[in-house]
Amino acid sequence: MSSAAPESWGRFPRATPRSVDDVAWTSDLQLHGDQQPILAYGLGRSYGDVCLNDGGLVLAMEHCNHIHVFDREKGLIRAEAGLSIADLLKVTIPHGWFVPVTPGTKYVTIGGALANDVHGKNHHRVGTFGCHVSQFELLRSDGSRVTCSPNSNGELFNATIGGLGLTGVVTWVEIHLTRIVSRRIEEESIKVSSLRDVVRVTDESDAAWDYTVSWVDVTTRGAKLGKGLVLRGRFSTAPDATLTTRTAEPRITIPFQPPSWLLSYPTIKVFNTLWYGKQRSAIVKRTVDCESFFYPLDSIGKWNLLYGKRGMLQYQCVVPSDGGLESMQAILSELQRGRVSSFLAVVKKFGNVTSPGILSFPRPGLTLTLDMPNSGAKLFDALDRCDEIVRSVGGRVYAAKDARIKGRMFRAMYPELDRFLPFVDPAMSSSFWRRINSDQ
Amino acid sequence: MVIIGATSAIAQSVARRYAEQGVQLFLVARSEEKVRTVASDLLARGAKRASIYVADLRMRDVHADLVARSVADLGHIDCVLIAHGVMPDQKLLDVDVDATIDSFMTNAVSVISISHRYANVLEGQGGGSLVGLSSVAGERGRRSNYAYGSAKSAITAFYSGLRARLAPKGVHVLTVKPGPVDTPMTHGTKLPLMANVEVVAYDIERAINKRTKVLYTPGIWRLIMAIVRAIPESLFMKSKF
Ligand SMILES: Cc1cc2nc3c(=O)[nH]c(=O)nc-3n(C[C@H](O)[C@H](O)[C@H](O)COP(=O)(O)OP(=O)(O)OC[C@H]3O[C@@H](n4cnc5c(N)ncnc54)[C@H](O)[C@@H]3O)c2cc1C
Repeated sequence: MSSAAPESWGRFPRATPRSVDDVAWTSDLQLHGDQQPILAYGLGRSYGDVCLNDGGLVLAMEHCNHIHVFDREKGLIRAEAGLSIADLLKVTIPHGWFVPVTPGTKYVTIGGALANDVHGKNHHRVGTFGCHVSQFELLRSDGSRVTCSPNSNGELFNATIGGLGLTGVVTWVEIHLTRIVSRRIEEESIKVSSLRDVVRVTDESDAAWDYTVSWVDVTTRGAKLGKGLVLRGRFSTAPDATLTTRTAEPRITIPFQPPSWLLSYPTIKVFNTLWYGKQRSAIVKRTVDCESFFYPLDSIGKWNLLYGKRGMLQYQCVVPSDGGLESMQAILSELQRGRVSSFLAVVKKFGNVTSPGILSFPRPGLTLTLDMPNSGAKLFDALDRCDEIVRSVGGRVYAAKDARIKGRMFRAMYPELDRFLPFVDPAMSSSFWRRINSDQ
Repeated sequence: MVIIGATSAIAQSVARRYAEQGVQLFLVARSEEKVRTVASDLLARGAKRASIYVADLRMRDVHADLVARSVADLGHIDCVLIAHGVMPDQKLLDVDVDATIDSFMTNAVSVISISHRYANVLEGQGGGSLVGLSSVAGERGRRSNYAYGSAKSAITAFYSGLRARLAPKGVHVLTVKPGPVDTPMTHGTKLPLMANVEVVAYDIERAINKRTKVLYTPGIWRLIMAIVRAIPESLFMKSKF
């Protein structure tokens, strides 16, 4: 039992659970209907409130991190849901296996990755995390432990992948890993001067590269809007000794919470200019370690504290490729009009590999992600207008990043909710889920 | 490597560090299901072998068998980590003599019995490390956990004596005194003195390699305890912690 209140990465909203249980053994874990609302918590790397449970019971899963089996020949790993990708990679990389899909931080649990059905820089090739899960066990509040796979309890399998922790507690997960022969990534970074070019270079790159993503400057106005870097990479196919070299532990941690003026609009502008100015030539080719390619922000530790007491919001949406550029431009100018500033903008194109997850976020199209200091009501109004734009073209926002969308809007974006609802465990709920259903 | 109390958080964290290096492990714990989980985990993480032994360590008659089995299983023993123990609720013990004695059997008597036997094995081998988990709580009896603290005191004293006895025989005896160990939950600020279990495990491995005698982990506790030891009893009596 611990009394510390778990936070989400955006540190907004705040929530105070009734109690927090630090689960050490999944075999000891039991759910009771009278403990509701119950929610599992991984490493709190979701930005908004999908991992929060105000007034409820939070089951902290982080210490349930035992590996059951790791088949080094087949690249199959079965481990408890609290195992982090960081920990997993330490075990699997030396044997030539990498996670099939990874988000932009390795400090997520495999249970959390499953519940949000996370995507990575290779979505256009291999789909989401859930596409590589062969089976898992789900603990329900009726006391049952259900093994779910595509062939057995298939619809519960589909509901739990991307199911935001609402179908029960996942105790273990089995994942198919990806073969690698080196830790090294061959990376190319291409300087582009507009959002249009970002999309064009992404299209060209996706055909030949496993991993693509773009970092875009969204602080400049007009024609220069969207200058940035398209990053593409693939694991080196030349076997080398890097697999077995032990990597150094991280990292600089932001030890205190700086005042929020530190990230006011001008600061961000300076940061973006500097960052963009770093690369002089049109294309830079280099070989980098996979950790610095996939997890550039992890080396700074708790960088979310840089956003101060009020926290930050992240907005991630996907819009269909047809007219996608125009939708993204419309969103960005909506935010600029509201003088909403963004630290980072990330653009990526989702492919058409379909996830089994019923509520899974990715759809074929362009996805735009923005980090914003929480500046209050004006930001919220601007984001509501962005939702309208996204909705009008048949797009959707990502629950894992959301802290503020109106329930009505979310339900309109996710018509799959009807198919999902029968699988929600009556004792499970989250701050997010109550918010989304509060305006029924 | 032998690990007694192999399902405890610190023991697991240390064991994982050694598993990654491909060592052979002999794991002792009370719950068969849990120690099996731990053994599979350590195998997946690289342990060459992980044998298990299930026992309630309050039962002194199992100690000799347990030591003999581990010797038969591993042959030569490089390191023994004794990490079992319970953290009883002092408020309950205040009104229950039997429960107090029971916790002392686990936290002190069984530790001494097992340590003693392994000390003799290592002495016979002429080498190896014997690592006992004491605690900073063993330095003074606090109102809020003196049953636990006094058991840890016993371990600390016993280990100093063993160290003096075995040093000429080439056996390394390490007393580990962790501060309170935190279970990391929040991304925000937390008590700065709470130790992360992985940091403790890192320190223990280093202390084994460096043949340290007494390890405070995190290191800041060496300083804190120097101060705490200097507080006069009449003042200490009134402290709330
Ligand atoms: C720097 C950064 C970069 C990121 N990049 C990406 C990215 O590229 N792509 C992407 O998709 N996401 C990304 N994310 C978001 C992150 O990957 C997801 O939010 C992820 O799900 C967080 O995992 P977690 O273990 O921290 O889970 P939490 O945030 O703690 O929880 C997430 C959800 O999982 C549920 N859950 C957790 N454990 C269990 C369990 N055992 N059983 C059932 N439900 C459970 C929770 O109830 C909650 O609904 C990023 C986040 C950060 C901070």
